Parts: sequence; C-alpha cells; structure tokens
Amino acid sequence: MLKEIICAGFGGQGIITTGILISYCAFETGSQFTWYPSYGSEMRGGTANCTIKISDEEIASPLAKDIDILVGMSGPAIDKFIDSLRPGGYLFVNSSLVTGRTYREDINVVEVDTEELAKEADNPKGANMVMIGALVKHTGIMTLEGCGEAINKYFTEHGKAKFNEANQRALKIGYEKC
Amino acid sequence: MADRAIMKGNEALAEAALRAGCRFFSGYPITPQTEVLEYLSWRMNEVGGDMIQTEDELTGLHMLLGASLGGARVLSTSAGPGFALFHEGLSYLCECEAPSVLVDVQRLGGGCGGISASQGDYEEVVHGGGNGDSQYIVLTPASVQEEVDLVQEAYELAEKYRNPVVIMTDAIIGQMMEGVTLPDMKEHDINKFDWAYKPLGANDTHGIQKAGWPSTGYDVYGPYRLKKFKDMHDNEQRWENVQVKDADVVCVAYGISSRVCKEAVKKARAKGVKLGLIRLITAWPFPEKAFAEINPNVKGLLVVEMSLKGQMVPDVKLATKCNLPVYTYLSCDVVPDSDMVVETAEAIIAGTAEEV
Repeated sequence: MLKEIICAGFGGQGIITTGILISYCAFETGSQFTWYPSYGSEMRGGTANCTIKISDEEIASPLAKDIDILVGMSGPAIDKFIDSLRPGGYLFVNSSLVTGRTYREDINVVEVDTEELAKEADNPKGANMVMIGALVKHTGIMTLEGCGEAINKYFTEHGKAKFNEANQRALKIGYEKC
Repeated sequence: MADRAIMKGNEALAEAALRAGCRFFSGYPITPQTEVLEYLSWRMNEVGGDMIQTEDELTGLHMLLGASLGGARVLSTSAGPGFALFHEGLSYLCECEAPSVLVDVQRLGGGCGGISASQGDYEEVVHGGGNGDSQYIVLTPASVQEEVDLVQEAYELAEKYRNPVVIMTDAIIGQMMEGVTLPDMKEHDINKFDWAYKPLGANDTHGIQKAGWPSTGYDVYGPYRLKKFKDMHDNEQRWENVQVKDADVVCVAYGISSRVCKEAVKKARAKGVKLGLIRLITAWPFPEKAFAEINPNVKGLLVVEMSLKGQMVPDVKLATKCNLPVYTYLSCDVVPDSDMVVETAEAIIAGTAEEV
C-alpha cells in the first residue's frame, strides 16, 4: 500500500529532518521509501517541505500526487498543500502555531500542540518527535516500537545517542496525548 | 559508517566512489550536484584523499587529467551548464586515455537554465564529448542503489578500456533519498598501471613515461582507436527489458522517466493494455541489442523523456533501422506521469497518436 506524506513548514523548523526520520523508520521497519526535498533558493523563515513515499512495493516517482498525510507545521504550509490532500487523508496541524482555523470536512484533522507537549516531555526541542508520535498513532503506517527503535538507531549512528531518552519521551507523549 | 543506510543520490554516489578507491576529486559546485562536493569536503579527508574545489569546471577537469594519468581513481561531477565546460577536458581525457569517471546531474534548461530536474542533456552528454573522435561510455542509473552500483562498475570499465566513463543522472535521482547497501571499501594501487606517470627514480634521468597520443603515430592510433570504440560498442550495451516479448507498445526511457514507465507497465497490464519497457542502463553504447527481444508485431515505441526535443528519438530510430513507428511523451519541469504514459500507449494502439 503506497502512502504519500508531505512535511511542510518554515525553514528552520526541522521539516527536512522530520521527513528523514519518518523515512528512516520506514527503512528500518522493512518498507520501501523515497524522500525528496524542496531544494534550491530556500532560506531560514521561508517555506520548506519534503515528500516521503512509503510502500511495500517499488516506488516510481518520489513526488506526490494524492497526498495521504500532510504534516503542517505552519499556516502557509497548510495553505499550500491542503487542496492536494486526498479525501479521507490526515492533516496534522502544529497547533502551537496554527489555531482558530476551520478545515475541509472530508479529511481527518489532528491538532498537535507540539511545543507544549515537548516541554511536558522535558525535551523542548522535541516538537518534531511529538509530531511523529501523533502521526504513528493515527495513521498506523508503522508501530510505535519500530519507530522508536529506528529513531534511537539513527541518532546513535549520527553520534547523538545522548538525546535518545529525551526523544523517546517526546515520541511517546505525542503518541499518547494526541 | 554503516554499510546499509539511507542516503541522497549525490551523497551515495560520492561514498560509492570512495569505496571504489577514488582518492581525487576536483571540480566546482552547482545545483543539483553540490552535495557531492559538500560530502567529499569532509569525507575525502577521512579516507586520505584529496578534494579540491577549483575556480571553475575547466580547471577541475584538467587537474583531474593529471591525477588520472598518475594512476589514481578520480572523480568530477557537475550539472548541464558545468558539463558544457567539461567538454574541452573530456576531449583531452579521451585522447590521453585517462580512465576517469565524470557525472552529469541533469538540470532544466539551456544556458544557465534553472535548477529543477530535466533529462535535457542527452545529446550533450551522449553525442558530445568535445572535439576529435572522443567517445566514452555513458551509464544511466535509475535509483540511489543503482548510482552506487554503477559507480563501482564505471571505474572497472574506465580501466578496462583506458577511457573516461560518464554517469548521466538527474536532479531527482541526485536529490532523493532511498535505502542503499554500500560495498566494502577498496584500496586502489596507483602504481599498478604500466602506462601511468611515475615519480623519478634515483637512477633515472627521464622518469616520466610517455602517455597519450600521437606518440606512436596516427597509423597506429587509427586502428587502435577504431577497435576500442567497436569493443565498447559491442560489449558494453546494458539495459533492462520489462515485459517486451508480447507488448503492443514498448516504452524506451532511462533514469527517473524509466521508473515512471515501470509503474505504467504495471498499471497498463492491470487493465489489459500490453505495455512493455526498455530501460537504458547505457546510453552509449545505445542498447541496440535490447530491441531484438521485443514483440515483432509491436505497434509502436514510446520514448518517454523529460526534455522537449525527444533527444533519444534518433537513437531509437537507428537501433530499429527506422522499421518501427516511434512516438513520444515529453515533459518539461515535471516528472512524466504514469497515467499519461498508459493513456499515450492506448492512443498508439487505437491509431490516434501522432508519430515523430
């Protein structure tokens, strides 16, 4: 089953990394994936997005056509992609930044107060981990356990094992409270 | 680093080159291949090689020529506008028989163009090569894993024929991440070639060996080169055929377009449309032999390419001696769509598509 995911937000919000982590989780749990960034003349504060496709079969183009899951970390990012979200798809809204909006009725909207929950997990920089936790719970694209192990492995391989515990706390809180 | 990883095409290509024993890079950054230089800027040091960002692509290639003639495994990479500057150096590399590996990560447009994806450099890369009878093998990977695999093969081919090999990829394959399995690190012995330049020995009065032509005269050069071109042409055609034996329409594509066509074959077959695919793995030599395997009653060949000219069409017509109708589905700035490939195939079968 092919899943098309877009992570979008402001440059500097860790959008690209969030996408890489979701990709790595897919890779480690035995799925095929492609990850494709928006690249070029991007800047801090501007828009940033990346596309992840996950499937158990070979993937053709890494670009999305009918988005199943949109992770919207900012208002403009949601505006840009919401029309491409397929009916029945999931919109994850970063409600620490985006509030008071009404959305299409044919999609599932999950509001995630990433910053508050990250603080609660004693990991104020873990907003993206919170988001991934929420995404895993609602979409079921992978297990929380598989995802948690993959994220630990990724950080360990990149010499950042000291963040593993804090990451797991944020991931779990996103999974449990959203 | 791990042997199984998720990597961008550009980074995987750079790592694969190092693992093939490449210890010299000279070149210049350009989107969408800059990650190669970025990656090598720290990684080349770790493996004890040299990575030099030259003032431009021209200098990069001439530095590379020196290192290659010294016996090293060398790499330079660029995108279309920079590859245009490669051609003078590329002609020298061919003439001096320098077994080097170059890469073109294709981007959109002529002149400086844009930075998005394209397959508009086919003619430039496959039929270019600078002045004189320069000829080199062109490999066309369609995935991050294939970039890794073909880099290894590129060095083997380059040394087998003492000739440059070019990997022609595109912005999508270069920028996207996929899972890869990396080969073991190989050490390359730069003293293993009898033709390479060597340092002056203690008792030598003249230590530099003669490399390149026409030191032996053109009467030797002519037949020698002719044989080399023929051997490369006859022995190094590479392709992947997908369900061509019973196909009513066969797509011909490489790189990112070929991935889309592969999906289109599945979609078409699911609705009873007999679609097949010839995927190029070498663009030179063009895989003429692949066409011998297709259904003799095929209704048409469909060239799918991210360019506006249908740059591969003449090669397809020559490979089939103009005996089969050829159609195109061309795109600019957007990756071809698999549903459109199927639609075009249906139009060919219905007789409503226009031949080129």
